[in-house]
Amino acid sequence: MNRESAFQTSTDPGGLTDSRLSEVFRLMYTIRRFEVTTERAHLDGELYGPFHSSMGQEAVSVGACIALRPDDVVTSTHRGHGHAIAKGADLGRICAELWGRSTGYCQGKGGSMHIVSMEHGFVGQSPIIGGSGLLATGAALAFDLTKDSRVAVAFMGDGAVGQGVFHESLNLAAIWRLPVVFIVENNGFAHSFRAEQMQLNPDIAPRAEGYGIPGVVVDGMNVLDVHEATRTAVDRARRGDGPTLIEAKCYRWRGHNLGDAEHLYRAREEVEKARRDDPIERFKQAVADRIPERTLAAIEAKVDGEIEAAVRFAGASPPPDPGIALEGSF
Amino acid sequence: MREITFVEAVREAQAEALASDDRVFIMGQEIGEYGGVFRATEGLAERFGAHRVRDMPIAEQSMLGAGVGAAVMGMRPIVEVMFMDFIACGMDAIVSHAAKMRYMSGDQMRAPMVIRTQGGSGTHHGAQHSQTLESWFLHVPGLAVVVPSTPSDVIGLFRASIELDHPVLFVEHRALYRTTGTVADRVETIPLGRGVIRRYGDDVTVAAVGKSVRQALVAARELDEEGVSVEVIDLRTLVPMDVDLVLDSLSRTHRLVVAHEAVERGGWAGELISRAVAEGFDELDAPPLRAASLATPIPFARELEAEMICDERLIARRVRESLGMPEPWA
Repeated sequence: MNRESAFQTSTDPGGLTDSRLSEVFRLMYTIRRFEVTTERAHLDGELYGPFHSSMGQEAVSVGACIALRPDDVVTSTHRGHGHAIAKGADLGRICAELWGRSTGYCQGKGGSMHIVSMEHGFVGQSPIIGGSGLLATGAALAFDLTKDSRVAVAFMGDGAVGQGVFHESLNLAAIWRLPVVFIVENNGFAHSFRAEQMQLNPDIAPRAEGYGIPGVVVDGMNVLDVHEATRTAVDRARRGDGPTLIEAKCYRWRGHNLGDAEHLYRAREEVEKARRDDPIERFKQAVADRIPERTLAAIEAKVDGEIEAAVRFAGASPPPDPGIALEGSF
Repeated sequence: MREITFVEAVREAQAEALASDDRVFIMGQEIGEYGGVFRATEGLAERFGAHRVRDMPIAEQSMLGAGVGAAVMGMRPIVEVMFMDFIACGMDAIVSHAAKMRYMSGDQMRAPMVIRTQGGSGTHHGAQHSQTLESWFLHVPGLAVVVPSTPSDVIGLFRASIELDHPVLFVEHRALYRTTGTVADRVETIPLGRGVIRRYGDDVTVAAVGKSVRQALVAARELDEEGVSVEVIDLRTLVPMDVDLVLDSLSRTHRLVVAHEAVERGGWAGELISRAVAEGFDELDAPPLRAASLATPIPFARELEAEMICDERLIARRVRESLGMPEPWA
């Protein structure tokens, strides 16, 4: 897909009700504010460790997750804040995990790359590239074995496609017709490398054909398109017809990680141009005749307060008791 | 009481697990109708269905990785890695996923699974089908490592393994499969981390697992004729390791030889000896010694393999060394 074409916005809200559309906006805006705020806090030295912003990719996280039931499960990557938020995880506890505090989802044992919220079906991030596909395939296997109607969704980046596990997961899920959806967020970069440097065919979705499953390309800057593609794939998975590979073309607004030497591989102008295609602004245009501006403004104000509260909660939470360092292993 | 072979015990232990817990299923290559290349799953697919005794593509990463995903969703997979050498293809799933899920999620997720594999020399499978690699896994917190030496222990240890809320590496030595032993009609569960004294002696303690235990017993009988009394400890599990049993034995024998078929350099004998020296230094009358294989790949020809692999003769030699005795044929 030509990225220029991404500026043409789909205007079909895909049968979503007004309240669902408001929810889509709330989630996308929450992810954006979360990334902006926590990145700022990191730069200010309030938190430490690696930080991978999902800014600019909100439409993929949200479009996919709103197509799921609350009890469906999601696996994620090192760039997973957006996925956790879209799946409904609590902002305060995510923040606290980023801050390494006792109130974090993992009691400070995980950090930014290892958020888990089992109660929200956010069953983990794997910053080992391609690992999310395996975990989701295994979760789907569990559902298959127990005749459970749930579906597993794996978020991956375009870098994962180079891993052997990518192929193994797709093949295994295909032959066993497992209820899993693989969503590759093709954000243009695997750290500093462009997809076309690492694979002759820059398109990922056609690989699905090799495994006998559907492969779909979707405009990852358009939340409604992502939602529609995911809904179709999830329905198919839940029917017992097996997995789908969705390639969501998007753009990574930030460096691979905070502090990445971006200037070595892309020009500021390229990023600035790409950022003119903002998935949140596009969504606002698409629903302008459905959701009044004042409703959106009210959502923004509410979310701003929630993010502030989450950061305050994290900052005020005590660090973990050193005694728990040895618990849970041997 | 009845007499069964080691491999029959492996089969029986898995059948018991499948029969008593719906969450248990097996994945592996050639394990279904074919019955396993060493017959370790013979009849299980017929009895429990191909759904629960699942043949896999030859793809260790996805086999182990999907096992982890299924385990975190509440299943208790048994994953058979046909040859221990092949485990290297799936190391990420074991080392960076299975072993860490419980810890890094703040105990929200658990990955109870038994990774069964077999290895070892003596059948002239050559360098890539004969390795003894369990030492690798002692270095990974979060994994239990079990190495049974008798049919009865297979059953007792397997039950403890499948019930553990952590991943377990269950290592069978290929050369033991046709050996026999008596088992009770109802074998007691053997808690992991509890070794057993196979032979009482006064002069030297030999600690070992798996096939090396049998070799140590052969060496002990030979040494008995030379007037040397050897105590043989079967550790049964390497993680957790029953160091107390070894220290207690040392308080009587004051000499230690640790025997394993794994390569000496970096092998687990070094760990046990380090613990023995640190915690039992005052008891030692001689430097603890290792009886282990030399640092080469496993060669094919009988004469070459005999040159480098640890066997009963090497164990006897180390016992004599520890006592300062000359070699009888030297």
